[in-house]
Amino acid sequence: MSEAKKYPTPVTNPETAAFWDAAKEGRFMIKRCTACGEAHYFPRSICPFCYSDKTVWEQASGEGTIYTYSLMRKSPTGPYAIGYVTLKEGPSVQTNFVDCDLEKLKIGQKVKVVFKATDGAPLPFFTMA
Amino acid sequence: MTIKGKAYIAGIYEHPTRHAPDKSTAQLHAEVAKGAIEDAGISKDDVDGYFCAGDAPGGAWPMVDYLGLNTKKLRHIDSTETGGCSYIIHLGHAAEAIAAGKCSIALVTLAGKPRTGVMPPRAAGAEADFESAYGATTHNAYGMCAMRHMHDYGTTSEQLAWIKVAASHHAQYNPHAMLKDVVTVEDVLNSPMISDPLHRMDCCVVSDGGGALIVTTPEIAKSLKKPQVRLIGHGEAMKGPRGGKDLDLTYSAGVWSGPRAFEEAGITPKDIKYASIYDSFTITVLMQLEDLGFCKKGEGGKFVADGNLISGVGKLPFNTDGGGLCSNHPVNRGGMTKILEAVRQLRGEAHPKVQVKNCDLAIAHGTGGLLGVRHAASTAILERV
Repeated sequence: MSEAKKYPTPVTNPETAAFWDAAKEGRFMIKRCTACGEAHYFPRSICPFCYSDKTVWEQASGEGTIYTYSLMRKSPTGPYAIGYVTLKEGPSVQTNFVDCDLEKLKIGQKVKVVFKATDGAPLPFFTMA
Repeated sequence: MTIKGKAYIAGIYEHPTRHAPDKSTAQLHAEVAKGAIEDAGISKDDVDGYFCAGDAPGGAWPMVDYLGLNTKKLRHIDSTETGGCSYIIHLGHAAEAIAAGKCSIALVTLAGKPRTGVMPPRAAGAEADFESAYGATTHNAYGMCAMRHMHDYGTTSEQLAWIKVAASHHAQYNPHAMLKDVVTVEDVLNSPMISDPLHRMDCCVVSDGGGALIVTTPEIAKSLKKPQVRLIGHGEAMKGPRGGKDLDLTYSAGVWSGPRAFEEAGITPKDIKYASIYDSFTITVLMQLEDLGFCKKGEGGKFVADGNLISGVGKLPFNTDGGGLCSNHPVNRGGMTKILEAVRQLRGEAHPKVQVKNCDLAIAHGTGGLLGVRHAASTAILERV
């Protein structure tokens, strides 16, 4: 079922284009503010914490742990698991868990990023590390 | 500056329908407007403030025109859209406008037909590319909250089930309720898992319908025939992942809207005799009770267990109409019906089997959006005069 799932193509915009360009190369990017030092996700040009415009792109490790999840038992494209991953770098990101036994998901589980194709830039997902 | 006691709810109406294949959405808005206007005992030509949210077809200007409101008199319009709690926010904004002299008789309408029509689309925000592919729905977004609440505080499915059990005890007396059968904790636990850890009976119903309010000045309310109910405290707030820093899905924006409302009212949760708490899911109620201060964070499970929310049985009667879990959830927006049942309780117009004795202080609290993603919350504290 999940192989057949077609993911929407990111629309992208000038503020986020660098994220999607990096995704095409298999790199998962976050933004970090050089004024306050905080990392954030999804990427903004103005730091949401200190409002500095000195934010820079940073390649993230792609590693993190499951903060929470929920396994949706039925959908038109089959069961899927949505959740949040807290990245090693700090920010928590919304995602789906893929390519793993969804019944075995648990909070605290280590996961890593994987990209899935769309008609445009690939989308980041997470799977068990 | 406060709105305490400066605005009264003089008219209420809840549409009896839960399934309206033979009606239009605009028609339902007109029917609830007419109902509230007649309940208040005023004329539609007296209305000088109109409030609606995203469920109103086309927004405020087509609705004002369709409803035939008196445009020579109408002088205050507000279409604040915060999902299911929009109407609790409207109530507060109406009170602000009335206190500032910007209008004197405000009409608030909600109506729609998710069962027999189309739902209004939800506009995408800046997060769209980074979230929309992951299929967040109400079920799984609230499931994520419940999962983490269980992890952090040991909350159990049995405890959540007690919320549905209490709602069902009340719904049996509501002739319009979609689900009138009293259910047990076991029934909830044995219902199919929808999105872990939420079972089907942890979820609210989907219904057509609507409701409306008339909010007015103390002077006008006192000249009308209905028992007087006034707003004495109001709060609103928003919460989201905010760049993903310190994510905590075990609390909602109710931790901010609640205290703001209680402070303005000058009372505490202990003073509340009846609580209308948005019940899109059982976990919504549990988290809101904690966030509003009816119990400590993490102790919601113990608080709701053993019938504590059942009128005549427990300490905090809640959603005595059966709420969204059993009665209705018009347009998937439960804020309006929360106000309506609170007003019925304060007027002494609730069903005799669930009417709270000496009900002089009530709370109506709601959330809108997705608790597990980004959402708003609003709290209204109402007093019988």
